[in-house]
Amino acid sequence: MPSLPEGVPVPEPRGPREAPQRSEDASWGGGDGRLPPWVASSPAGVAPGGSGTAGARPFGVYVHVPFCTVRCGYCDFNTYTASELGGGASQVAYATTALREVDLASKVLADVGLPQRPVSTVFFGGGTPTMLPAAHLARILAGVRDAWGLEPGAEVTTEANPDSVTPEYLAVLAEAGFTRVSFGMQSAVPHVLATLERTHDPLRIPDVVRWARDAGLDVSLDLIYGTPGESLDDWRTSVETALATGVDHVSAYALVVEQGTKMAAQVRRGEVTLPDEDDQAAKYELADALLTEAGLTWYEVSNWARGDEHACRHNLAYWRGHDWWGVGPGAHSYVAAATEHGEAGAAEAAGVRWWNVKHPRRYAALLEAGTSPGAGRELLTPAEHHLERVMLGVRLREGLDLGVLSPSARTAVGGLVARGLLDGRAAISGRGVLTLRGRLLADTVVRELTD
Amino acid sequence: MKRGLEHATACVRPCPPAWENRRVPPIPSPQNAARIQPNATPAELIRNFCIIAHIDHGKSTLADRMLQLTGVVDARAMRAQYLDRMDIERERGITIKSQAVRMPWEVDGTPHALNMIDTPGHVDFTYEVSRSLAACEGAVLLVDAAQGIEAQTLANLYLAMENDLAIIPVLNKIDLPAAQPEKYAEEIAGLVGVDPESVLRVSGKTGVGVEALLDRIVEEVPAPQGDPEAPARAMIFDSVYDTYRGVVTYVRVIDGSLNPREKIVMMSTRATHELLEIGVTSPEPQPTKGLGVGEVGYLITGVKDVRQSKVGDTVTNAGKPATDALGGYSDPKPMVFSGLYPVDGSDYPALRDALDKLKLNDAALNYEPETSVALGFGFRVGFLGLLHLEIVRERLEREFDLDLISTAPNVIYEVTLEDNTVVTVTNPSEFPGGKIKEIREPIVKATILCPSEFIGAVMELCQTKRGVLGGMDHISQERVEMRYTLPLAEIVFDFFDQLKSRTRGYASLDYETSGDQAADLVKVDILLQGDHVDAFSAIAHRDKAYAYGVMMTGKLKDLIPRQQFEVPIQAAIGARVIARETIRAMRKDVLAKCYGGDISRKRKLLEKQKEGKKRMKTIGSVEVPKDAFIAALSSDSAAVKDAKDKRK
Repeated sequence: MPSLPEGVPVPEPRGPREAPQRSEDASWGGGDGRLPPWVASSPAGVAPGGSGTAGARPFGVYVHVPFCTVRCGYCDFNTYTASELGGGASQVAYATTALREVDLASKVLADVGLPQRPVSTVFFGGGTPTMLPAAHLARILAGVRDAWGLEPGAEVTTEANPDSVTPEYLAVLAEAGFTRVSFGMQSAVPHVLATLERTHDPLRIPDVVRWARDAGLDVSLDLIYGTPGESLDDWRTSVETALATGVDHVSAYALVVEQGTKMAAQVRRGEVTLPDEDDQAAKYELADALLTEAGLTWYEVSNWARGDEHACRHNLAYWRGHDWWGVGPGAHSYVAAATEHGEAGAAEAAGVRWWNVKHPRRYAALLEAGTSPGAGRELLTPAEHHLERVMLGVRLREGLDLGVLSPSARTAVGGLVARGLLDGRAAISGRGVLTLRGRLLADTVVRELTD
Repeated sequence: MKRGLEHATACVRPCPPAWENRRVPPIPSPQNAARIQPNATPAELIRNFCIIAHIDHGKSTLADRMLQLTGVVDARAMRAQYLDRMDIERERGITIKSQAVRMPWEVDGTPHALNMIDTPGHVDFTYEVSRSLAACEGAVLLVDAAQGIEAQTLANLYLAMENDLAIIPVLNKIDLPAAQPEKYAEEIAGLVGVDPESVLRVSGKTGVGVEALLDRIVEEVPAPQGDPEAPARAMIFDSVYDTYRGVVTYVRVIDGSLNPREKIVMMSTRATHELLEIGVTSPEPQPTKGLGVGEVGYLITGVKDVRQSKVGDTVTNAGKPATDALGGYSDPKPMVFSGLYPVDGSDYPALRDALDKLKLNDAALNYEPETSVALGFGFRVGFLGLLHLEIVRERLEREFDLDLISTAPNVIYEVTLEDNTVVTVTNPSEFPGGKIKEIREPIVKATILCPSEFIGAVMELCQTKRGVLGGMDHISQERVEMRYTLPLAEIVFDFFDQLKSRTRGYASLDYETSGDQAADLVKVDILLQGDHVDAFSAIAHRDKAYAYGVMMTGKLKDLIPRQQFEVPIQAAIGARVIARETIRAMRKDVLAKCYGGDISRKRKLLEKQKEGKKRMKTIGSVEVPKDAFIAALSSDSAAVKDAKDKRK
């Protein structure tokens, strides 16, 4: 048996009748990656019938590509430069390794008794997926297709760095079945890019967007606001530059200085000042105004699209609580229970989420040995599942079904409407939809709706 | 062979401490011991003494050594600081409740019974100290040979000299490398009026000089005098609640005798009690056939509350009562008040029960229920002083597992209105509105001892605290004694901390209450979004009201997290706003990104926030973290920082 990942204790074989005591399932890890039986059928043998029936739920695949040429100062993602990586986890071999997990995934899902579901969406994220040759990404996608099949019209996205693609590269992706590309533009302003330690040339943006569209790919641009030193006008320039490309999808994220990043150290040393929340709020409002004016509509707190057909269906699946399998080091996966809490024969937990070991080398070693790269998992209690449903649902413009709320939480809706955080008309028709102000105070809204 | 081996083993034992090496200490032989049995010891063989010392000058260690040398505690049974019962005292190295221990000691073939009466060492307990001193004929003045005398010791020395006690000056810790016995012998000799050579030098730690000290006590402390035939009169100098035995009352018999199974009378209340047990401590309680003139011991009557057996009261015989009580009795009077509130409102009954229990053992503790708009239900508690406050609070938290908020301590004010009605204010919220003729505040006479180089710093501090210099004397070439009259209110906040920091820890302080004075005081209210927050109201001198307002509004601005709406914080005197800060409305709290890998983390963050909300007090519609109350009300800037860090 190979060594266990990251100090996780040797897993005790868990009998099917043993109910988990806590949501964090410490004994799980390594081994065959087996899932709890209740994800496929109710334990009492009652035929699953609710909306949550796994067989009917869409299924997505996320592929993490943990490589970058340099690590940006603000980045805390699970990614590695060549020098950080050391031997044993080469980029060249990565497609082969990732496909091992795809094989394992299809086996685990089949073993637990879930019916075969064609994949609705695939998303390659990172890291910088485009660090790999286009053919490697194509090969991984082919493996996913081989394992489960792709739904007709499936959405297949990859993130890309503007300076790591060429027209030829994008054409290969389109040819392989990719439908969408999301460029990490972040800003159009050189001094902001410098603070973020982004190396790409902002002038390339219009070109790469055009190339992608020429290849037949739907395009999204990612922007970051609130970088230290960024003025409101700098931000306006970035949003306007993004819009000038005619792009159909924009994601805009407030910069968060995460513990352990280089930028956090710079803040600690007083070299840069922390982003100011009021400044970020102002920039969010400006972005929403500019994007809306240009014909893009918000469909999630940080995402705008030109009509529903350009929204990212893969990301929507996260917020709607669908199942997904995350392939790659540090990737998270989620499968809901077959029956919902409260339904006849409901399982003891509402869903299972697990995550892989973080380091690419250990990840590769485990898979090579035929072992699950899972490092830990949590079995969501009904209360946790409910909190997640509210937390994620309320971020969407389609809103939260207020019917899922407890009676006491429903009484909070009135106050939230009165204070201008929830849309009144939507509330009357049974949906919790954030106003512009509410989008910025979504945590408050979630707290009040779950108290 | 075997004996030889044993001998060899003995030889390699580590060197015994010096005191073990000496001659067998003069513990009385059995025949001699028979001459000093309780209730049968002639007064001339009794010596009653106490030890006057500053908190860390080694009194307990010296007492331990005496217990050992007189054979009442053997080395193995010795716990460090035997006399201090409560953990909290042990940890702080101070003695709150005094007790008495009877020790045999022989000088020139004559046995003596020595009663060592332990005295509390802090200004808050001056009254208890005075009663302990009144039970003695002599006092050992114990001074750290590396530190010199401190203000509190000086105060107790004055008390002892006023009581005509024989003073035996002793320098302790002479084993310390930093000891300067010559220098401090000179200082003490000057104060007490003796020759520097006669100042004893001891080490409680090694035992050096302790036997000589015991001999000196027998030589110099006068034997008690009293009338054995007169009606019994015994003075209560301590009263301790014991879970198993009820109240244990420590007395010193002045006249007559007390005997088992008598009825006794407490002269201040005329309450009669059955004497269930009478005895001496040596150091464990030993029942005796009674206590005679000059003797010190304990009484057990079955009462459950120390209030029924008050320090300073006179105990007499019900059958043959004395006509006059001994002088010097007074009721303990609280000087400092603070509101105590449970952090979790549902702990209110537990807090009440805990106070009721502490009260059994603390005659000076008094309290009444109080309601605060901000803090809910709690108690206004009166204390003898700041240390008393701190000890009570700590015991409540430690022994009763309560999580408490205590409001800033304040003193009692007498407010006379235009119509000559007088209002006694123990809580700023009781401060009357309307026309006020006069406000009187308690003042203290403070004695500060410090090296001469800090005179300027001390004067400056006392000036800012409205102090009036009464006089200044050099007690030695390097040290000076300064006497000030100060408002007690100025002392209860952070005076001692500031004094210590401005004199690099060298100054020492003692104070005693000294009546009251008229003062130009105002009540400063703090308003959060227009709502009065009674917990933050304060009574301040008019000249300092503005500074208090600015300080408190500034502190609160840092401590209260941003809300969904703008929150003005104002300080006001009546309707006039004197300081204002604004907490801007929170505009954004959402985490921008929330994809697959973020979901668990985000959910946990929300769960934590919800947990944090439970620790918020809502004032009007403003949510204030409980930590913010603690931090705002403490004088400690570290607490403010802590509370701010917790918010992050």
